[in-house]
Amino acid sequence: MSPAKVADNLCYHCLLAIPQHCDYQVTIEGIDRAMCCPGCAAVAETILSSGLDNYYKHRDIDNQTANSLSRDNKPLIPEELSLFNSEKVQQAFVTISQDGTKEATLVIEGITCAACIWLLEHHLLKLTGVIHFNVNMTNHRAQLRWNENQIPLSKILAAISEIGYLGHPYRPDLEEQLLAKEHKKAMRRLGIAGVGMMQVLTLAVALYFGASSGMEDQTRTWLRWISLIVCTPIIFYAAVPFFVAAIRDIKTRHLSMDVPVSIAICGAYVASTWATIFQNGEIYFDSVSMFTFFLLFGRYLEMQARHRTGRAGNALQNLLPQAATKLTTDEDGIITESLIPAADLAVADIILVKPGQAVPADGVITQGHSSIDESALTGEYLPKRRNLNDNVIGGTLNVENPIQIRVTEIGAQTQLSAIVRLLERASEEKPSVAKIADKVANYFVSFVLAAAVIVSLSWLYVDPEQAFWITLSVLVVTCPCALSLATPTALTTATGTLRQQGLLITRGHVLESLAVATDFVFDKTGTLTQGNLSIEQVRTSFTRQRALTIAAALEEHSEHPIAKAFKPYLSAQNTLQTKDITVTLGQGIEGCFEGVIYRLGKADYAEQLLTQPYPTQSIDISMPKEAGHWLLLCDEHQVIAWFLIADTLREDSLFCINALKQKNITVHMLTGDSSSNVAEIAQYLGIENVCQSASPEDKVKYIQALQQDTNKKVVMVGDGINDLPVLAGAQTSIAMGSASDLAKTHADAVLTNGELCVIIQGLALAKKTKTIIKQNIGWAICYNFTALPLAAFGLIAPYAAAIGMSLSSLIVVTNALRLAKQKPLVSYQPKNKAATPSATPDNSYLHDSA
Amino acid sequence: MEILPYLLGLSVLFFFGAIAFFFWNVNNGQYDDLESPAHKILFDDDDDMIPDDAKLVKKIVPNNQKDEPSS
Repeated sequence: MSPAKVADNLCYHCLLAIPQHCDYQVTIEGIDRAMCCPGCAAVAETILSSGLDNYYKHRDIDNQTANSLSRDNKPLIPEELSLFNSEKVQQAFVTISQDGTKEATLVIEGITCAACIWLLEHHLLKLTGVIHFNVNMTNHRAQLRWNENQIPLSKILAAISEIGYLGHPYRPDLEEQLLAKEHKKAMRRLGIAGVGMMQVLTLAVALYFGASSGMEDQTRTWLRWISLIVCTPIIFYAAVPFFVAAIRDIKTRHLSMDVPVSIAICGAYVASTWATIFQNGEIYFDSVSMFTFFLLFGRYLEMQARHRTGRAGNALQNLLPQAATKLTTDEDGIITESLIPAADLAVADIILVKPGQAVPADGVITQGHSSIDESALTGEYLPKRRNLNDNVIGGTLNVENPIQIRVTEIGAQTQLSAIVRLLERASEEKPSVAKIADKVANYFVSFVLAAAVIVSLSWLYVDPEQAFWITLSVLVVTCPCALSLATPTALTTATGTLRQQGLLITRGHVLESLAVATDFVFDKTGTLTQGNLSIEQVRTSFTRQRALTIAAALEEHSEHPIAKAFKPYLSAQNTLQTKDITVTLGQGIEGCFEGVIYRLGKADYAEQLLTQPYPTQSIDISMPKEAGHWLLLCDEHQVIAWFLIADTLREDSLFCINALKQKNITVHMLTGDSSSNVAEIAQYLGIENVCQSASPEDKVKYIQALQQDTNKKVVMVGDGINDLPVLAGAQTSIAMGSASDLAKTHADAVLTNGELCVIIQGLALAKKTKTIIKQNIGWAICYNFTALPLAAFGLIAPYAAAIGMSLSSLIVVTNALRLAKQKPLVSYQPKNKAATPSATPDNSYLHDSA
Repeated sequence: MEILPYLLGLSVLFFFGAIAFFFWNVNNGQYDDLESPAHKILFDDDDDMIPDDAKLVKKIVPNNQKDEPSS
C-alpha cells in the first residue's frame, strides 16, 4: 500500500477542509502536514507518539469518508468515564471469566476503513492489562478482555478517544439478538442451497450426457437417487422461508410472488421424487435447486443491506448521558454532590447540570437559568433561554450556566421516549407500496391455478392415467422462474450501482417508489443545511481578518454554539491573551484583548459599551437590512464589525431542488426551526411549500395529510432525532449519512456520502429499473403463456422445457445486468472534493448569484 | 466402472461433511467480519523481519534503517 496523497487544502488527519487563517501542523514521516483544528492535531500527535504512524500509510483515502469525530474533540469528562469502573454499572454489560479477567463488548464510533481497526487494535493492545481487543469492521463492535487490577475500564475508553474514536459499552437488545440469529440462519440456508446446487448440477450433467449417449438403467437410477438425497435438505431447510411466506399470504388472501414460487418448488420436487421412486417420468432436481439458490441469494443481499444500517444499536440511549450529578440535602442542610448512573435517577431527585453537559431526564429548573440547545429534538438551530420553573427535556444540551433540575419524568415517560413511541405508531400506519411483481403475481397465480384445474379435469375425462403427469408438467413448465427473477435481479443490480454512487437502499420497494415519486419533503437543519453555524458575511471598517481575530479571541471563552462559528478563525498565537471575560446570558460577551475592551453580541447589548453616543463611524451603526442573525462587535469608541451568522446550506441543495422541479416534482420543506432564517432559505431555494416550527407530531401529520391523496407518492429526506417519526411514517424515506443511527435504521435508504445530488441519480436509475423490470416481466409472461398450452396438450418434451426455462431465466438476468453499466447521470461536481483545489472553506456562495 | 456407485455414495458423505463444516463456521462467527481480515494481511508490520539488504527504503535513505524505530 502506497502512502496516501491528501490534497493541500484538506486536513491530513480527518480529510475535512481546513478553514482559512488556521495553522496547525504536525510532522508526519518527515513532512509537515496541515491540520484543521487542535483536536485533530492532538490525535495525530498521540498516534505518532505511540509509534503507529503506519496508520497514515495504510488508510484508504479514496474510499474513506472523513472522520469528523476528532474535530472539536472534547476531552471526555474523566468523572463520567470513571463511572464505568463501578461494579453496579458494569453489571449490565460486563462478564467476569473464571480467572478474574473481565469481558465486554464496545461500540466504536468513527471507524471508516480497515486501517482504523489496525490503529485501534495496536494502540489498545499496548496498554498493560488489556489482554484481548478485536474490532469487527462490519458492525463496528469490539470484543475487549482486560484485567481490572492492572487497568480500569475508564482508562481504556479514554485511550480510544485519544486517537480520535469514541467507544461506549454495548449491550445488545432483544431485537438486535434476533437480527443476528436471522442473519446466521439466512447464511446457513444460502450455504446449503449453494453447495447442494453445485452437487445436483454435476449429477445433472452426467444424466443429460447419459440420456443422449446411452446409460445403464441401474446407473441412471442411482444418479437420480443421489440427486434426490442432496436436493432434500435444500427443499426442507433452505427453501422454508418461501413456504412460510406463501402460507401466510394465502391466509391473508393476498397472493404474492412467494405463492407461485412455493408451488413450483413443491410441484417439481414431488414430481421428481415420484419419478425417482417409481422409475418413470422426468426429474427436475437441478432446476429446483438452482432456482432456490438464486432467489435466496437475492434475498440475502437485501437483508444484508437492511442490517448494515442498524449497526450501532442502543442509539437513542446515547443521547442521554450515562451519569448524573445528584444533589442530596441532609438534616443539617448541607448539600452533597454525588455522581450516580443516570438509570438510577428517580422522580423528584434534584440534579445539577453543568454547562456543556446533556440533561439526563425531563425536569423543571429549580435554581439558575441558562440557554438550552434543543437542536437534536426540535431542529431549532439556536439555543433557547430557560429560566426558573421552565421545563427542560432530557437529551438536550445545557449551554451556558450551571442549573439545578427537579426530575419530573424518567425512562419511558420522557419526551425522548415519546418520540420513539410516535415513531413506532407512524411506521405501523405507513402506507404499503404495491410492488409490480406482487401485482403481476396476483393475476399470474390465479391464472395458472385455474389453468391447472381445467387441464387436470379435462384429462381426467379424456385419459385419467395421464392426468397427474400432465397437470404436474403444466405446473412445472409454467414455473415462474423468469418471472420471479425478473424483479429481484433488476433491483439487486440497481441497488449495487447506487451503493457505489452513495445511496444505500435498505428496503426493496425504494427503487419502485422513487420512480413514481411526486412529492419530495426535506427537513431543513442538517439536510438542506449542514446543521452547524458559520459566518456568512462580515461588514467591517477593519480588515476582515483583524475583525475575525478579535471576535474569535473573545468567543473562545464561550460555550455557546455561536462561538463554534468563530473557532476556525482562532489563530494559535492569541489564544490566552483575552482577559476579564464576562458572559451575559443570551446577550453576548465582553472581554479585554490586547489592552482594549470589546463587546460582541446582540446589537443593543454591544452598543452599551460605546461611551460617546455617536462617535466617528466608518460603518453604519444600524443593523444591516438583510434578514438573518447579526452580531455586533464594538469597542468603547467605535463600531468594528457586523457578522452574519447562519446555518450554511449544503453545496448541492439548490442544484438538487432545481433538478427535482424540472421533473415536475413538488418540493416541501418541514422544519422545527421558527427563526426568520427559514423563510430566507426557502426563498433562496425556491421552495413554496414550507411548514415551520413543526413538532415531530406536526411533521407526521403533514406527511400523512399529503399521503391521504393516493395519487401522491411522497419521499421524505431527513436526519435528526426529531425526524424519526416522519421518516418512519413516510411512504419512502431517505436519511442523511450523518444522521443518528436510529434515523438510519428506520429509513428506507441512506445517503452515505451526504450528497443530495445522488438522489437525482437515484431517481433516474429508478426510472430505468422500472423499464427493465417491465421488459423482464413481459418476456417471462410471454414465455410462460407459450409453454402453457403446449404442456396442457402434453406436447412438450422435458428437455425442451428444461432448456426453455434456463434460457428465459438467462435472458432476464442479462437484461438486468445492463443496469450495472449505468454511468453517473448528473454532471454536478461538488466543490469540496479533494480533486478541485479551489475549494472555498468559507461558504460565501449563499450570496453568489444562483 | 464398478467403483462408480461407491464414489457417488462417498460424494454424498462429502456433501454432508461440507454442510456440517459450513454450519460450524457460521455458528462460530467465522463470517461475522468479511472485510478487515482481508486488509489486515496487507498492513506491513514486518519491518524488523525483512533483511536489511532487501529493504526498499534502502534506496532512498542508505545505511539508516537500523536507527529507524520499527513499529
